[in-house]
Formats: sequence, structure tokens, C-alpha cells
Amino acid sequence: MTPTINPQNRPVTAAVETPPCVIPGTYLFDGTLALKGYALNKMCYSFNEAANRAAFLEDEDGYCARFGLNDEQRDAVRRRDVLALLEAGGNVYYLAKFTGIFGLGVQDIGAQQTGMSVEAFRAKLQAAAT
Amino acid sequence: MARLVGAVCTSHIPAIGHAIARGIEHEAYWQPFFAGYPRAREWLTAAAPDVAIVVYNDHGLNFFLDKMPTFAVGAAREYRNADEGWGLPTTAPYSGDPDLSWHIIESLMAQEFDVTSCQEMLVDHAFTVPLALLWPSRSQPLRTVPVCLNTIQHPLPSPMRCYKLGQAIGRAIAAYPQELRTVMIGTGGLSHQLDGQRAGFINKEFDLMCLEKIVSDPLALAQYTIRDLVRLAGTQGVEIISWLVARGSLDDHAVKVHSHYHIPVSNTAAGLMVLENAA
Repeated sequence: MTPTINPQNRPVTAAVETPPCVIPGTYLFDGTLALKGYALNKMCYSFNEAANRAAFLEDEDGYCARFGLNDEQRDAVRRRDVLALLEAGGNVYYLAKFTGIFGLGVQDIGAQQTGMSVEAFRAKLQAAAT
Repeated sequence: MARLVGAVCTSHIPAIGHAIARGIEHEAYWQPFFAGYPRAREWLTAAAPDVAIVVYNDHGLNFFLDKMPTFAVGAAREYRNADEGWGLPTTAPYSGDPDLSWHIIESLMAQEFDVTSCQEMLVDHAFTVPLALLWPSRSQPLRTVPVCLNTIQHPLPSPMRCYKLGQAIGRAIAAYPQELRTVMIGTGGLSHQLDGQRAGFINKEFDLMCLEKIVSDPLALAQYTIRDLVRLAGTQGVEIISWLVARGSLDDHAVKVHSHYHIPVSNTAAGLMVLENAA
């Protein structure tokens, strides 16, 4: 007798494993990045509080050391380089609290990441209306 | 019995909060966006809800990666806003409705949605900006129930799961024994991407399709995967899952009262949709 496959008993592995994300220019903040970026994101999360933003400005090295940033993260922070911060596991919502310290909004970091001037980046957004 | 009068879905871009704080709604950049809102306020005034159930996503004010609930429901007497780190003025606290919150939590658990309950919950711009747009004067007493979706750390809840969460919230409201008028607010979207070399991505064609389908065929939207939404609407465009929760809570035959769409507000295509529940 041929065994029949009961859909209820199928292994679920195929349904739960997802292949890596391959959308160009896009970071999908998943478990791998969340693990990699934990210290960096934790530091950025602390910048919700004004006293912590001031403490960072007072002693950047000391503040980064307190959160245990690795060399890659420390270097990206030093350079205020958003793409490098994303590579190092940063999540954009937490990073926004870091870039906010320097008065950089989402259009400034959009321009930085796309290698455009802020004016050109704004024009690109306007052009999406047509 | 409690009644769900309808839903308002709107973008929640922080720049809107800045514009309101600075009183520049009538400037050329802002006028075409704010022009969409008087009709929504008019409908809300007539619908006169006692409680707004606000479905939104936290952006790292209340939740950090140490504990990241997929679905979190506020169960507090009051919800405070706080400094998000980049200069948006904070708003006065919002009243809660703990009785309704606990009823929704009980009902969702009974319907197999295992939610996280929060007796302390800071609400960020995704909660406060839509309320400031829809109830600018805060002259009427309005109670709130925040429902927070994880859109920070993947895996995110699927669009279908969010639609079904909305259906379950709709059933919870219908079973609430108090005389109460409620409205669902879904916040976020439409297409935008803040991070990566693809920052600034906007997809007008997809957004306009969403504005049509959210009314007439929400299941067509619920069938997308999160990755489809990232590809088609940008990494932050996934926030439309809040709209799917709101739509799921309504009757299938809910009717569109008003919609509005404007590109750009900051980096985002801004959308607004007002839906009235079937009587």
C-alpha cells in the first residue's frame, strides 16, 4: 500500500525558513542584523534622553566604550556614516536618534546614503509625485 | 452594546508634528497635505466616538530590542509621550480606557491572539501625530487604547495576520457590553524608505492601488508577504499593516467617506482614508 501524505504531518521547516533578502539597496533588519547591532542600537536607544545625548557629546569615546561597540561600529559612529552604521547592524529608527544629535533629519541621511545633495534628494522625492 | 463607527487610516510622519508645532500648515509645502484633513475631522465630529483604538508601530521610544512584542495592547489609565531624541515637542498625556483594554485583551486571547499587555506604555509620534491631525484642539474628551505592531525587527507579523487581528478586535468591540462608540485609527505608510542606497523610494502606482483595495478588496492586500511590501512600498512602507488591522475590524461592506494622497511629506507618500462601518 502506498503511504499517503497527510498535510497535517508535513515538516514545517520549508514553511518557516526564509531565504536572504535580495532587494537592492535595502537592509532587512532581521535576527542576524539585530544580533550584530545590539550594542550600537542600545547606545542609540539611550539617546531618547537629553542627558545621554549630552554625555555622548561630552565624551564620545567613553560613551561608546560604555556600550561595548566593536571597532566597526565605533568607526562608523566616528564617521557619522549611515550606510556603514547599517552594515554594522544599526536599525534606522535607533540610528535616527544618533543622527538627530547632529541635527540630521531623514532627508539629510537620505541624501548621504544616496550620494546626493539634500536639494537633489528632495527633488527626487518631488518627482515621485508625477 | 459598544459600536465601531468606522476607521481613519493616516500617515504619521514626524515632520507633520513639526509643522503643527510651528504653525506652518498653510505654507505652500504643507497646504496640499493638510487640505485633506478637514473632511476627516468633520466625519469624526459627526461620528462622535468615545474611544479611539490606535493601531501603530513604535519607533524605539517604548520598545527596545531586548523585548520586542509582535502585538502589544495598552492597558493603562494614561499614556504619555516623551522625547524621541530628534526634537519633536512632546504632547500632553492621553487618557486610556482600562476596562475596554482588558476586554479586548481577554477577547483576543480567547480568539488565539496571544498579545502582550502593557500597563505602562510610552506612545511615540506614530500615535500622537495622527491624533493631533484628527483632533487638533483636544477639546472633546477622548479615551484611547493603543495597539502596537512590531515593524522594527523582522520577522514582522504578516499582512494576513494583521487583517485577522483586526477582525478579532472588531468581534471584541461588538461583544463589549457597555454603551460606547469606538473608532479604529490605523497609522503609518504609505510608500517610503528611510534606509539604504534605496532611501527615498516612493511607489505612487502601488499606493493608489492600496487606497482602492483597502476599501473594496482588503484581502488582495492581505495576501502580500512582508517582503513583497518592502519591495513594492519600501522598508517603512510595510506600515500599511496597521491599515489592514483597522480595515479588518470593520464590516466587509464598510464604505469610503473620504481619501487623500499627497507626495511628498518629508520622505514619504502621505495617505488618508476614512471608512464608515455598515450600520
